[in-house]
Amino acid sequence: MNTYDFAIVGGGLVGSAIAYGLAKASYRVAVLDEGDVAYRASRGNFGLVWVQGKGLEIPSYSQWSMSSASLWPSLSEELWELTGVATQHQAPGGLHLCYSHKEIELRQAELTTLSKATGGQFDFAMLDHEQLREMIPEIGESVTGASWSRWDGHANPLYLLRGLHAGFLRFGGTFLPGSKVHRVQQRGDSFVIEREGERVHAERVVLAAGLGNRLLAPQVGLQAPLVPNRGEILVTERMSPLLNLPTTYLRQTGEGSILLGDSHEDVGFDEGTETPVLSHIAQRAVRALPALAKTRIVRTWGALRVMTPDGYPLYQASLSHPGAFVACCHSGVTLAAAHAKRLAPWIAGDSSPSEIVPFTAERFDVQTANPA
Amino acid sequence: MTTHDLVILGSGPAGMAAAAAAVAHGITAVVVDEQPAPGGQIYRSIETTPIKERRILGNDYWCGEELVDGLDDPRIDYRPGTTLWQLTRQLEVGLLQGDQASMVRARHVILAHGAMERPFPVPGWTLPGVMTAGSGQIMLKSGGLVPSAPVVLAGCGPLLLLLAVQYLRAGVPIAALLDTSSPGQYRDALPLMPGALRNIRTLLKGVGLLAELRRAGVKHVRHVTALEAEGENRLERVRWRCGNDPEWHSLTTPLLLLHQGVVPNTQVTRALDCTHDWDERQLSWRPRTDTWLATDVEGVSVAGDAGGIVGAKASAFQGRLAGLGAAIALGRVNEDQIRAEVKRLRRELKRETAIRPFLDTLYQPAAQWRLPEDNTVVCRCEEVTAGEVRNMAKQGCRGPNQTKSFTRCGMGPCQGRMCGLTVSELLADANGQSVSETGYYRLRPPFKPITLGQLATAAEDISR
Amino acid sequence: MFKRLTPPDAPMQKTVIVYFNGRQVTAQDGDTIAAALLAAGVEACRTTPVSGSQRGPYCMMGVCFECLVEVDDVPNVQGCQVHVKDGMQIRSQHGARRLG
Repeated sequence: MNTYDFAIVGGGLVGSAIAYGLAKASYRVAVLDEGDVAYRASRGNFGLVWVQGKGLEIPSYSQWSMSSASLWPSLSEELWELTGVATQHQAPGGLHLCYSHKEIELRQAELTTLSKATGGQFDFAMLDHEQLREMIPEIGESVTGASWSRWDGHANPLYLLRGLHAGFLRFGGTFLPGSKVHRVQQRGDSFVIEREGERVHAERVVLAAGLGNRLLAPQVGLQAPLVPNRGEILVTERMSPLLNLPTTYLRQTGEGSILLGDSHEDVGFDEGTETPVLSHIAQRAVRALPALAKTRIVRTWGALRVMTPDGYPLYQASLSHPGAFVACCHSGVTLAAAHAKRLAPWIAGDSSPSEIVPFTAERFDVQTANPA
Repeated sequence: MTTHDLVILGSGPAGMAAAAAAVAHGITAVVVDEQPAPGGQIYRSIETTPIKERRILGNDYWCGEELVDGLDDPRIDYRPGTTLWQLTRQLEVGLLQGDQASMVRARHVILAHGAMERPFPVPGWTLPGVMTAGSGQIMLKSGGLVPSAPVVLAGCGPLLLLLAVQYLRAGVPIAALLDTSSPGQYRDALPLMPGALRNIRTLLKGVGLLAELRRAGVKHVRHVTALEAEGENRLERVRWRCGNDPEWHSLTTPLLLLHQGVVPNTQVTRALDCTHDWDERQLSWRPRTDTWLATDVEGVSVAGDAGGIVGAKASAFQGRLAGLGAAIALGRVNEDQIRAEVKRLRRELKRETAIRPFLDTLYQPAAQWRLPEDNTVVCRCEEVTAGEVRNMAKQGCRGPNQTKSFTRCGMGPCQGRMCGLTVSELLADANGQSVSETGYYRLRPPFKPITLGQLATAAEDISR
Repeated sequence: MFKRLTPPDAPMQKTVIVYFNGRQVTAQDGDTIAAALLAAGVEACRTTPVSGSQRGPYCMMGVCFECLVEVDDVPNVQGCQVHVKDGMQIRSQHGARRLG
């Protein structure tokens, strides 16, 4: 009987990054993944490697994001060397556009607080319309200004996943696609992971199944009170380079398409698209870049973010079922480097990164089998 | 938002017949077609074709006139030059006419948007100068345009033979007809002969076409087992091999027309998340429909080749049936009142489609033509090869969506129309799974590109 | 590559003058842009954004998106879906489009 060192339930961005990190450290790792059609938040990711504005309520999230952003270039380089897959990562800084002076003031206040709370590590600048125009010549008149941070960038989320996946395989990982895991049980010192017609044995198990974690976490004495939050994306035809840096909901990909996004919808498990939402996204994009009005949309997409009640991640080791972990977040691209290089070692037995200490389920006032 | 009782997509035989059936029961049918004139592909340009000599295009073309005349009915709101960019499960219909985008609602929708050519990926198929037999027919019908130099036709299927004969009758020199059907197919089709005999006219037609080509001395190369298009930036020559013979033959030509059958166009039904079944005989997907041609999305039915290849005559019968089904669904008539008519229709449909199993088996493209070599491009838009797709299977991609996200295959402007079937089959083959298990791309609107500005305008209709 | 079956001076075939990359092209009323270009001997109408390879029309029915051209300053137009009009300025679509 083949017992893996680690079984990772979920082959999305979170699962793959962790699996990659563990496989690289020479552990025997299996990734269990669902079929071709599943919720797969990873396939709907916008592609930002983003720091600004994160952690307003829990500043250590800002630090966790900054740590990941710092490690991103080396992850990207590494994946390129190992697998030949280019993540198209760029870190030219990023913009959060504001449409009124009030918005500018509010943004400035928020980010100043954040900067202070991180001891100045997170830094930013406020740009007025003229300064913004220097960065993006085609910016619309009604954009008042923006916050800019050097910490921000973007990458191709699908190529990132592909690279992590290929890297995982290169390091000897075993990929087990096909169906959904429905049961995780502890048997003595190890775990049995069950799905249709199959049982996988592993010393330790990491639940990285996105929304699927809701049902799996309690089986190992943890809680994952996750809710789906839909985001819709519009993709334009390919264009010659025009946007030098990403904004929160408007960026140009390596292929030249412009991605427009950032809806947040409470629609249950519906991954479809809705015309009013798409239209709103379109209108906002045209406001930011009026010349986009004549650009064609060639594709639209809806995907469900994996949302905790406060939007911050969930990383927790089970006390009642030692060796079981849960990991979820909705920023699988930004945090990929931290997941591969800092979270994976923790899962393998290193001490916990200080930044992730607040991110257990107890903050949601839930009962876990672990005393708080 | 304006609500229409019935919106029909497509003004080919199925769409026109559906409209005629619906208006007879008091429904104002909106018929939408992106082409500027009715007829679909089979009767394309029937009102304006410069090929006036009837013998060239043949009777099967000209019999479409009656249906087209029917569209003149003032109760039919016929909208040519109008593209469908969206259709939701709530039957919100997005239309684009010229530069104007709008949204309307429908109580019932009949999708009669027909078929498209099966992809025919061979080395060099993306070179300028390589086109489809369908494109040859379109050029002939619409503009009286024919190849200026001896043309090479390659593939299999009745449409290829028909085009060859139409060219022959129009005096166009054919350099060669490279036939990719394998001898075994005649043997496989033979048991299905009885069905074929129920539609003897169609059967004899095929035989007649072959005889005409033979009499004219057209170079008909049989059992072609390898085919390549070659040239520097454009087609210069076509190479092929036959049977097990290792020798390559070659012909210099500026134009190669490929064809290996037609398949249902499933863009819209897929985006609606209708259930689709893999048809083992037609080797294509078809939306699952009931006896009234309704899909499993309420209010949406499919008529004609879009629901499974049935041919022009059967498409018209299906259109009629779907139109009557819509009339029942909309409460304009009850089933009892039209029982006799429907019985007759179903009988005619049965007779007309009896030959399908025979034809489908006879003209089934062999696996090698559907599973190209590694270095052949399968996704033309994103230039992804068959080898890359197979590589993804090795890396654990069990289906086209994972493959799409890893390679961009299917992410181009055509939205997988040209590569979808090939990719599903390649993955099924590489993974040792059925095509049914493997699945197809997940699709979403817009079905055709629409600008951001147009989308914003159309959305305003929702609140009106 | 293609020629007209009906001679161009036959009655009832109205000619339309369009321009392809600045060069005058005589088309017929009712031609799609793609058909007119093919009839005028144009084989490739674009280069791909992925590799810069030359492409020309393939299916002529709006499915393949190979026949993309720039029409009167609007890029990425499917040539087989648009009919020629007098004075139309058609240009090859070189790779990805520009903004605006």
